[in-house]
Amino acid sequence: MDKLLKILKDNARLSTKELSAMLNRTEVEIINQISELENNGIIKGYKTLINEQKINAGVTALIELKVTPKKEFGFQDIADRVMQFSEVESVYLMAGDYDLAVFVKGETIQDVAMFVSKRLAPLDSVISTATHFVLQKYKQDGVVLDDSKNNDIRSQMVKE
Amino acid sequence: MTKKLRVNKYLDTIPDAIITKYLEIGANPDVISLGIGEPDFSTPYHIREAAIEALSLGKTFYTPAKGLLGLRKEIANTMKRKNRLDYDPSTQILVTIGASEAIEVALITLLNVGDEVIVVSPSYLSYEPIVKMCGGVVVNVETKEEDGFKLTKNALLEKLSDKTRLILLNYPNNPTGAIMNKEELVEIASILKDRDIHVLSDEIYSELSYTKKHFSIAECEGMYEKTLVINGFSKTYAMTGWRLGYVCAPKEIIDVLAKYHQYAILCAPTISQFAGIEALKNGDDAIVHMRDEYDMRRRFVVDRLNTMGLPTSNPLGAFYVFINIKSSGMSSTVFCDTLLEKKKVALIPGNAFGKSGEGFVRLSYSYSIQHIKEALNLLEEFILELK
Repeated sequence: MDKLLKILKDNARLSTKELSAMLNRTEVEIINQISELENNGIIKGYKTLINEQKINAGVTALIELKVTPKKEFGFQDIADRVMQFSEVESVYLMAGDYDLAVFVKGETIQDVAMFVSKRLAPLDSVISTATHFVLQKYKQDGVVLDDSKNNDIRSQMVKE
Repeated sequence: MTKKLRVNKYLDTIPDAIITKYLEIGANPDVISLGIGEPDFSTPYHIREAAIEALSLGKTFYTPAKGLLGLRKEIANTMKRKNRLDYDPSTQILVTIGASEAIEVALITLLNVGDEVIVVSPSYLSYEPIVKMCGGVVVNVETKEEDGFKLTKNALLEKLSDKTRLILLNYPNNPTGAIMNKEELVEIASILKDRDIHVLSDEIYSELSYTKKHFSIAECEGMYEKTLVINGFSKTYAMTGWRLGYVCAPKEIIDVLAKYHQYAILCAPTISQFAGIEALKNGDDAIVHMRDEYDMRRRFVVDRLNTMGLPTSNPLGAFYVFINIKSSGMSSTVFCDTLLEKKKVALIPGNAFGKSGEGFVRLSYSYSIQHIKEALNLLEEFILELK
């Protein structure tokens, strides 16, 4: 991966001045490359990674969907429809026992259960659903969420 | 009346290490420390796996005193590949407990009481105490910020005497981050060639040279015969806790080092040696990855320090910046203590690395960018409030 992308992937809040110092390039070059990456759709946005467990922000579930692919469109058609729902956080086509991995967010377990039975299951090409609720998030997008694990291990090691 | 414990008379000539206090305070979770001088990366997993395999196969016995021959062969390959230096694995390489033991065993075996040892200062804080424990006399050659903390021919000439036995060199340098390039080392070599002086070249940061490939003084004409090249795995492969290093030198020197090492140490830790073989064979990618990461942090730090009016000598090696804080009007210790008290940021006072470090503080950038940024924001506030 490009060095600039790699840095931004971990930390999108660095200023273009800081990035230019780190990469030994001019600030103008950095600004241009970032807008190029945005225009090409390589950079899709800048978000904040929130540890939602600390603010009781609802429940997450992984729904395994088995579907019948449509002629000509394959899985794209059903994926297009599933991702329309605002409850759906992400949709991935999978190799293996099932076809689509759908991550859904809701206020309560009931909300998610209702969403699956009322919205997802009835869709034309859906053969079956299996719902798995997330109990605990340990690591998300490459970041360990437990604050105590983020302390400098070097300092802990030298304590007597 | 309690009697004072009788100890080696040289021990009293050694001060307690200043750095310990700042590292201890830095370990406090409320404090943001830029004090620690060791990599923040864990040892690359393939290296750890090699050690795990050796353990599960029960390879837990002593090795030859000089180290596993397989490891010495890999060290010879590495020295050839990276430094264009030829060493015979069976007679010219000694594997040690970190570069630390290499330094100690070299000083113990080569020094006689009263011999002078040139210590290029400010310096890594272990050199002087060990020289003193061996009955040696420390002669400091102070490097200057305006020379980029490099050793110069004239400064060295001033301090050479007929009692000079050894010169301790450490480039890339801790604590200044300075490097010395080929031309500069050739200059130094030119005055040593015809003198009966050996060079202890501690090249532990050799892979952390950011603008050019590391050059060893042993590569200079006439210096191979009188140089002990010391290196190790701690900084290069993030293997500090494994305690593994080595020294390469002419056979007659390794012979005497090994003679003492055999009595004092027996051999370096076996499991670490197996890990070391894997590191040298397959660790190049990890080195590049870590070096790139340090380099970005280095540029980040230097840029920020310059912006906030703290000049640096633009360090090109290791992972330290030696910051001139004389404009604050404070001593190094007062600066660090006040910074700790007011902003809870820990740096190391320069005088921890010798008297010539007074007026400077050492910043280590072996931390994540986010961590460095937070610390530098606080340092900037501190500097602004001083004005």
